[in-house]
Amino acid sequence: MTRYIIRRLLQAIPLLLVISLILFVLMQNATDPLATMGGRMPTKPEDRARLTRQLGLDKPIYIQYLYWLVGNDWAKVDLDGDGVAETSGKRHGVLRGDFGTSIVQTGRQVTTVIFERLPNTLILMLTAEVVIVLGALFVGIYSALRQYSLFDNILTGILFIGYSMPIFFVALATMYIFSINFQRWGLPHLPTVGMFDPQVGKTTGQIMLHMVLPVFSISFISFAAYSRYIRSTMLEVLGQDYIRTARSKGLPRREITYIHALKNASLPIVTIVGLDLPLLLGGAVVTERIFAWPGMGRLFIDGIDRGDTPVVMGVLMLIAVAVVVFQIITDIVYAWLDPRIRFD
Amino acid sequence: MSESKHTFLQVNDLKTRFHTPEGTVYAVNGVSFSLKEGETLAVVGESGCGKSVTMMSILRLIAIPPGEIVSGEVIYRDDDLLKLSESEMEHIRGREIAMIFQDPMTSLNPVLTVGRQLTETLRTHTPMTPEQCRERAVTLLDWVGIPDAANRLYEYPHQFSGGMRQRVMIAMALACTPSLLIADEPTTALDVTIQAQIIELVKRLKQDVGMAMIWITHDLGVVAGMADRVIVMYAGFIVEESEVDDLYENPRHPYTIALLQALPRADRRREKNLKSIQGAPPNMLTEPVGCPFAPRCEFVKEICIRENPLLEIVDGKHKSACWVDVKTGGLR
Repeated sequence: MTRYIIRRLLQAIPLLLVISLILFVLMQNATDPLATMGGRMPTKPEDRARLTRQLGLDKPIYIQYLYWLVGNDWAKVDLDGDGVAETSGKRHGVLRGDFGTSIVQTGRQVTTVIFERLPNTLILMLTAEVVIVLGALFVGIYSALRQYSLFDNILTGILFIGYSMPIFFVALATMYIFSINFQRWGLPHLPTVGMFDPQVGKTTGQIMLHMVLPVFSISFISFAAYSRYIRSTMLEVLGQDYIRTARSKGLPRREITYIHALKNASLPIVTIVGLDLPLLLGGAVVTERIFAWPGMGRLFIDGIDRGDTPVVMGVLMLIAVAVVVFQIITDIVYAWLDPRIRFD
Repeated sequence: MSESKHTFLQVNDLKTRFHTPEGTVYAVNGVSFSLKEGETLAVVGESGCGKSVTMMSILRLIAIPPGEIVSGEVIYRDDDLLKLSESEMEHIRGREIAMIFQDPMTSLNPVLTVGRQLTETLRTHTPMTPEQCRERAVTLLDWVGIPDAANRLYEYPHQFSGGMRQRVMIAMALACTPSLLIADEPTTALDVTIQAQIIELVKRLKQDVGMAMIWITHDLGVVAGMADRVIVMYAGFIVEESEVDDLYENPRHPYTIALLQALPRADRRREKNLKSIQGAPPNMLTEPVGCPFAPRCEFVKEICIRENPLLEIVDGKHKSACWVDVKTGGLR
C-alpha cells in the first residue's frame, strides 16, 4: 500500500507539470494583465511598454513559464523597465513555493492572497458538503427502502424541481423570501450579504447566521443528484443475493441496511464524494458572488476579470493538486472498504 | 421415516403473485404440503415452476412489492408465519428455519469477513458472548470440512473457492441448529465432483442435527439418494406427491413421466434415446385455466383444457393432479 501511494505520488509529478503548462499557456492568451493593472483606468501606452518589460511579458512564453516554474533569481531581468536587463530576478518559482505576486493587490504574495480566502471558502463549502452528503444519505436510503411509496414519489418530484433550477435563481429567491420579505413582515430575517455584520464583528454566531442562505442554495441544487445516486446505488445493493442471505439469517433490518447494504453501496458514493471534495476548494463562484462571500470563488472570478494571472494560476494549481491528492485518498478508502481491492 | 414423528410444518393453499410492468405473474397457485420432524422433502420441477418462490414465501423473503402473498397459511408449530410481524419473523429465520441458496459466489457479502457473517447469526439469536461466538464459528467451519478454520475466520469470501463458500453458507445456516433447512438448489452452481461432496456433507450434517430438510432441485438424479418424499411442481402447482421410491417406480403424472424419461440413467440401454419434453413451459402471466400441462401432455383429454384437476390421493400416500390414469390412458 505504501509503495502504491509513493508510485501514485511520483506519477502525479509529470501530470501536474503538463496541467500547469497547459493552464499557463491558456491564461497568457486569455487575459491581458496590463489592461487596467487593478485600477479603473486603462493603462497608458507608454506605461504599457514599461510594464511589459518589468513583468517579463515581452519574453517568449516558454521563458515566462520557466520563470514561473523555477523562478528567475538566476537570470538578469529588467526590473526598472528601461529596456536593459541588469538586475537579478527576485522570484523563486512555484517549485520553491513562490507563486509570484498579485497584479491587482499590488505586491502581495499570491499564497497570502489565497490563504486569506481559503478558510472562508472551506467553512462554507464543507458545511454545504456535509449537509448534502448526510441529507442525501438519509433521503436516499429511506426512499430506497420504500421504493415507489408516496414519500418516495413526492421526494422525487421535489428533488427534480431542485435539480432543474439554476443556482442563482435559488439564491436570489431565498434571499427575497427569507431576508427581504421576512424583514418587511417584521419576522426574524436572515442577512443577505457578507460573512458577518461589521457592527457586531466576526463572531461564530454571525458567521453561522450568514452561512444559512448560501449553504441552503448550494445544498439544494446538489442534493438531488446525490440523493438520487445514493437511492439507485442502495436499490441495486438491496437486490443482491447476499442481502437475501442476511435476511434469511434473521438479522434485524437495521443491521442489514446499515452494515450489509451500506458498506457495499459506499464504494460508488465514495467515488463521487472524492471527485467533488477537491472542487470545493474552488468555491462556489455564483453563490459567493451573490451573497458577497469573501471566498475562493470570488477571488477566482475577480482574478479572471482583471487579468490577475498569478492569482488565477495559483487557484487552479491548488485545485489540480487537490484533485490528485483526493484521488489517492479515494483509492485508499476503497481498499479499506472493499477487501477485494488490493494495489500491491 | 417413523410414523411417530409429528407434522411441524403445514402449508395450506399458498398463492404468491408478482405484479410486474408486463402483468401479473402467477408464480405459486395454491400449494399445500406438510413436513414431519426430521423428514427430507425434495421439491422438483423445471426452472420457473415456482419451487423457489414457494420456499421464499414460507420464510417471507419475497420482495413486496412487486411480490404479494395472496392467500394461504404456513403453520409452523403453533404459528401461522404469514400472520407474524416482521420482528417475530426475524426470530424464525435463521433460528428455526434456515436457508441456503443456489449461488455461493453471490450469496455471501463480499465486504464482510466470513467470521463476521458466521457469528452475526449467533449474536442475533443466542445470548453468547463474542468470544463464545468465535469459538462456535471455528467449530462450525471445522464441522463443514474447512481446514485451518481458526485463521480462515478473518478471510473474506473472495478468498474461498465456490465449494468452500457453499460450505460456509451451510455452516452459517446450521449455526443455530434449526429445525428445518431449506436448500434452494445448493449444488446447481457447482461442478460435479464438488456437488457430490456438498450432498454428502449435507446428508451427514442432517443426521448430526436431526433436522428436517426441504431440498429444491431440478435434478431428479440427486433426489433419489437423499429424499424421503418428493413433490413435483409445474407452473406453480403441485402435480404429484409421493414417497421417493414409489415416484421412480410408479409415476402417476404425465409430467413426472416425461421428466423421468428426460433423465439419463446408467441402467437404461444406450440405444434408447433420452426424450425431451415437447413444447415450452406455460406463460405464467395468465391466470391458469385447465391443467397447466395440457398443451404439452401426450395423454391430453378434452376435460384437461377446461378444468384443472385437484391433487388427490391415487394410491396410499401417492397423490397426483391428473384426470387421466396413465396406465390405461383413459380417464380415472
